[in-house]
Amino acid sequence: MALTQTPMQAEAAQTIYEKSKPGRRAAALPAAEVPERPLGELIPENLLRVEAPKLPEIAESEIVRHYNRLSRRNFDLDSGFYPLGSCTMKHNPRLNERVAALPGHARLHPAQDPRQAQGALELMWLLQESLSEICGLPHVSLQPSAGSHGELAGLLLTRAYHADRGEERTKVLAPDTSHGTNPASVTMAGYEVVKVATDEVGGVEMDDLRAKLAENEGEVACLMLTNPNTLGVFDENIAEIANLIHEAGGTLYYDGANLNAVMGKSRPGDMGFDIVHVNLHKSFSQPHGGGGPGAGPIAVSDRIEPFLPRPQVVRREGSNGHGPAFDLEFDRPKSIGRLRGFQGNFGVFVRSYAYILSLGGDGLTEASEIAVLNANYLKARLAEGKAGERLPIAFDRHCMHEFVLSGKPMKRDLGLATLDLAKRLLDFGFHPPTVYFPLLVDEALMIEPTETETKESLDAFAEAVQQILAEGEQDPDLAKNAPYTTPVRRLDEVKATRQPVVRQPLGN
Amino acid sequence: MLQAIGVETFDELFAQIPEPLRLGRPLAMADGKSEEEVYERLAELAGRNADAEEQVCFVGAGMYDHYVPAIVDAITSRSEFLTPYTPYQPEISQGGLQVMFEFQTAMSELTGLPVSNAGLYEGPSSVASAGYLAMGATKRSRFVVSRGLHPHSRETLATYAVGYDADVVEVGLEGGLTDAAALAEAVDGETAAVILQSPNFLGAVEDIEALGAAAKEHGALLIVACDPMTLGILKPPGECGADIALGEGQPLGNRLDFGGPSFGFFCATEAQIRRMPGRIAGETEDVDGRRGFVLALQTREQHIRREKATNNICTAQALNALGAMVHLAWLGRQGFRELGELLVQRTAYARERLAAVPGVELLHEAPVAREFAVRLDASVEKVLDRVAERGIAAGYPLGREYPEFEDGLLVAITERRIKAQIDKLAEALGAAIAAERDESLSQSESDAPLIGGTA
Repeated sequence: MALTQTPMQAEAAQTIYEKSKPGRRAAALPAAEVPERPLGELIPENLLRVEAPKLPEIAESEIVRHYNRLSRRNFDLDSGFYPLGSCTMKHNPRLNERVAALPGHARLHPAQDPRQAQGALELMWLLQESLSEICGLPHVSLQPSAGSHGELAGLLLTRAYHADRGEERTKVLAPDTSHGTNPASVTMAGYEVVKVATDEVGGVEMDDLRAKLAENEGEVACLMLTNPNTLGVFDENIAEIANLIHEAGGTLYYDGANLNAVMGKSRPGDMGFDIVHVNLHKSFSQPHGGGGPGAGPIAVSDRIEPFLPRPQVVRREGSNGHGPAFDLEFDRPKSIGRLRGFQGNFGVFVRSYAYILSLGGDGLTEASEIAVLNANYLKARLAEGKAGERLPIAFDRHCMHEFVLSGKPMKRDLGLATLDLAKRLLDFGFHPPTVYFPLLVDEALMIEPTETETKESLDAFAEAVQQILAEGEQDPDLAKNAPYTTPVRRLDEVKATRQPVVRQPLGN
Repeated sequence: MLQAIGVETFDELFAQIPEPLRLGRPLAMADGKSEEEVYERLAELAGRNADAEEQVCFVGAGMYDHYVPAIVDAITSRSEFLTPYTPYQPEISQGGLQVMFEFQTAMSELTGLPVSNAGLYEGPSSVASAGYLAMGATKRSRFVVSRGLHPHSRETLATYAVGYDADVVEVGLEGGLTDAAALAEAVDGETAAVILQSPNFLGAVEDIEALGAAAKEHGALLIVACDPMTLGILKPPGECGADIALGEGQPLGNRLDFGGPSFGFFCATEAQIRRMPGRIAGETEDVDGRRGFVLALQTREQHIRREKATNNICTAQALNALGAMVHLAWLGRQGFRELGELLVQRTAYARERLAAVPGVELLHEAPVAREFAVRLDASVEKVLDRVAERGIAAGYPLGREYPEFEDGLLVAITERRIKAQIDKLAEALGAAIAAERDESLSQSESDAPLIGGTA
């Protein structure tokens, strides 16, 4: 490919600090209006800062240009297809932003007296009720800030549950296909991970599960699963798995990353799970924000309920002609305690509750149905032609909301790694799928189209993959050196770890 | 589409879910609604909250009613920042990655420590993550924390500590400040970290350097929680010997939002860089030598290290951190310092003004920056109710978290709290306390015959 730089590539990256000129500014602050005293009279000199932090000095017009320019150096969901497996990159309705910004939500102080925050507490309670119905479990805490925070909460709940029964268990089972956060959370919660093998259709290997339970008799605190699993396969043995874990005295934890496949179709509580975390930024449309914010509420069974974090939002029936009132309940003697400040990511709750109201029970069910339809359609399109040959499906059966392909034949036959395919997709205007996960599939590509994509966008993606494989047969170097059209080309990530430069040096 | 998939009916796709596990009924929830209907319902709920537009807000306790400039909303609502995910593909994520790099630089400047991550969930859980880091760094498992550390931080730390099996020892307050002698006594060779906050929960500015000496002596890490809005004025933790400085980021460019989402900031010495929790952006080059940014040091993280990761966190609260960066750029080097001074001056005025009100006295006389504590000579909750009727949220009742300060009220000042509002607060507090006293007086007079003889 003959290369000329794109205009964006020709423009060297410049930070806001490099645009700073002494004396420039944007903000004009209000006058103090009060009698001013020398700072040293108010706060001892030895506690005062000598030199002001070197923040940029820049006019408002230049700040806007700077960040608009940076925004153009991002690819985003509103610009194109984003089939990042396990991340559920569905459309973010703008209504949700509008209602979250209402002053009654956005300017409500978190320490406001509950009597003066009835609307907010009712919204949280309604969201709890909705998630409870969707998950099939009777109690919900909205407090965890993200999926991984929900996992930690679930493991601490498990610990508290066993401790309450006078037991101390030390091990947590997790399949080798699990999300990396699962084992990381297990360690933070003071448990040891025991890996469980995966069978030929991507489910839990039942003999291995039995063996691990037998080997660790009386020590297994919990099994962490996602169902459908990370291969996009629904584990048909789930009822038996639940029985085995419960007989062994453990709890069953559901990583809700893949809940988007089964809303209104099947419920984790009915499958036998005791604790579920829900990613509001996945199934419930909270925008991903470039890596947060999100929220990771947990739904639990009756036996886990006493240990839920505090405060808990509760509804108290009214008396003397008054309607029900909502409150924050702190008096929970068996609670694991707080996981964070105040009551959780309320702004996220507003967006997700607006989303749930918009879709309704019928719409949420349909969302899961279309998500599964879209995934199976895209899987079928990628089973055709060169893709079918070079990128076979890791487990060949109907998938749920996502599926995993293996780039092993592509690597063997064309010398192209999954990473090369991913980078070449960038030139076609697509965000690549999740790559190299799950770990048990060689050269894995994990594809989740979501329900908010049209058939046309799925077709266009499939055709791009086919085209990349076709050009790879002619000239593999094309993909190996991709991308060409992005603001920068392949970056040296090793250097950034070996000699990390994590802030700008600013001199004086 | 079904034809391409090779099935006859839609239901075949869900056949893999065993029959007994299918829900087999509609979700017990209302059907979908139109955009207008949803808006009206949400607006109705929002209307039943007394927000800071309705009540003049003197409540702080970790989150503050600062003015968020319009430019923050304009930039954070751009699709290009709002709708992507974590920058796993750096070639098409340079905008977000560069923002992280700029944010890290700003937080490093504010705290006076060389390394910053790209953000954590929020304040209190950042304290718990710092504790986890300290255990890894020192191979010890005991924390000594000041009672001046935010109660939510102390409770969150205690929750996490049950998991990673650490002990938490609390040191009390003396005259509003951490009891230095008790702290020195509590720190020993088993202590992983000393955790302080400045300004502390009562608003008092601590002498971190002096208090931290005990940590240094015993080889424990010094962890300091701080309010970013005071860091233009107060000596930064990094210059006071802190190994880690962290805190709740909400005051920078983020709304109150009834408590979230916001972000936590987390800065440390170079020695801790490979133990840091969360995402970190780093500068590098592309194959043609162009400057670029990537997620650095990913080998610390859960998706690579799994059970050996330094933390389980993935979320950087990137959008909230962007809001902070834009707010800081808008304030600029001078404006940031001026804002800090404005807070200190107005706080000093408000403190003096309130202390002159009959029935109000200072809870402590330690120096303060943007928040202070007073004692009321009447039931705090009842006084708050009376003042609320006049459209003022007077502050945070300390009795909620500190039984020893049942009569305490914590009052916070931001640049939005102008002199006229402070004067009105003083007047309203005075009137409310007087009314409460009158009422309890007439109550006790009318009660007198009933309890007569028992007094």
